Amino acid sequence: MMAAGLTAMTRLRVLLILLVSFSAAAQIVDFPFESREQETRYRELSEQLRCLVCQNQSLADSNADLAQDLRTELYEQVVEGKSDEHILSFMTARYGEFILYKPRFSVNTVLLWSIPFILLLTGIVSLVRFSRLRREAEWTAPGEQQLKRIRELLEGETREK
Amino acid sequence: MPTLPESRSGRQKVWIYFLPLSVLLLLVLVFYFGLGLNPRLVPSPLIGQPVPEFSLPRLENTDNVFMQSTLHKEVSLLNIWATWCVSCRQEHPTLMKIAASDEAPVYGLLYKDEPANATQWLQSRGDPYRANAVDADGRVAIEWGVYGTPETFVIDAQGIIRHKHVGPMNWDDWETVILPLIRSLKEHDGGRTDGDDKA
Repeated sequence: MMAAGLTAMTRLRVLLILLVSFSAAAQIVDFPFESREQETRYRELSEQLRCLVCQNQSLADSNADLAQDLRTELYEQVVEGKSDEHILSFMTARYGEFILYKPRFSVNTVLLWSIPFILLLTGIVSLVRFSRLRREAEWTAPGEQQLKRIRELLEGETREK
Repeated sequence: MPTLPESRSGRQKVWIYFLPLSVLLLLVLVFYFGLGLNPRLVPSPLIGQPVPEFSLPRLENTDNVFMQSTLHKEVSLLNIWATWCVSCRQEHPTLMKIAASDEAPVYGLLYKDEPANATQWLQSRGDPYRANAVDADGRVAIEWGVYGTPETFVIDAQGIIRHKHVGPMNWDDWETVILPLIRSLKEHDGGRTDGDDKA
């Protein structure tokens, strides 16, 4: 009984240690920055760029070797005072738009960027149309034929009782 | 049983009941083809671009440099590899066969690896490369937009990158995609083949 309790505890501890060390490993390398501003720019840019090896992680999060190399490249360019635009086009010239988490507006991405607006517009248009139809339906008085049919139905029901 | 009166617009609006179904079918089609794509294949923006500028020591003779002009002479392949790369091991026999076919020279870019490891590998397994560039820190590979090994580029005689193959090449890739491309590039380029003239 006692032993079982201990192993469970130990397991939990090991698990905790593993979890902590993994998250620590993600931040191993720290570059020396000359200013706060450089560091913020570096951080922001590394979060905008995708790691091509792990794909669902940003350069900032990834432990992949390539991500490390690209972070070094990014660091050097930031310290050299290259503009954001320069750095992002350096990356896209080599790795394509895919490296950007937020794809730029271009011929290829027109659909991607415009679909939300198209859907919103379709929604509004159909909402207006449907509500108008409904209002029309409510306001049209039943015709001669319909009234006759209604009377028949009502009579039929009372007779059944 | 009483029946409800037929609404006036009911007939015309029948198509509306098929709308959700057709949207669903469209989505199924999109997903069917979309999920069949390999998300690891990132299209290279370098296709159609001249080879990036670089200069690296040669594996065979470190005093010599391997640079972009090395790739300007004829239609050639540049294979990015390393001895620590398991898929490169898998690809190696295909590279040997390609080299033996004499269709186009295969150059190598040794990615983040020790020259000694590479020399040993080539001695024991066979050497498909005409020459190798040693990219010890992987910086030149970044210029080439490399994001994994192996990768293989097809370069024409003018030094323009024409194709990139990501992952290990097998004989089928070579016969169906790469070889036809090399042949058509050679055809368009007429005279300039196998010349020893340095550009």
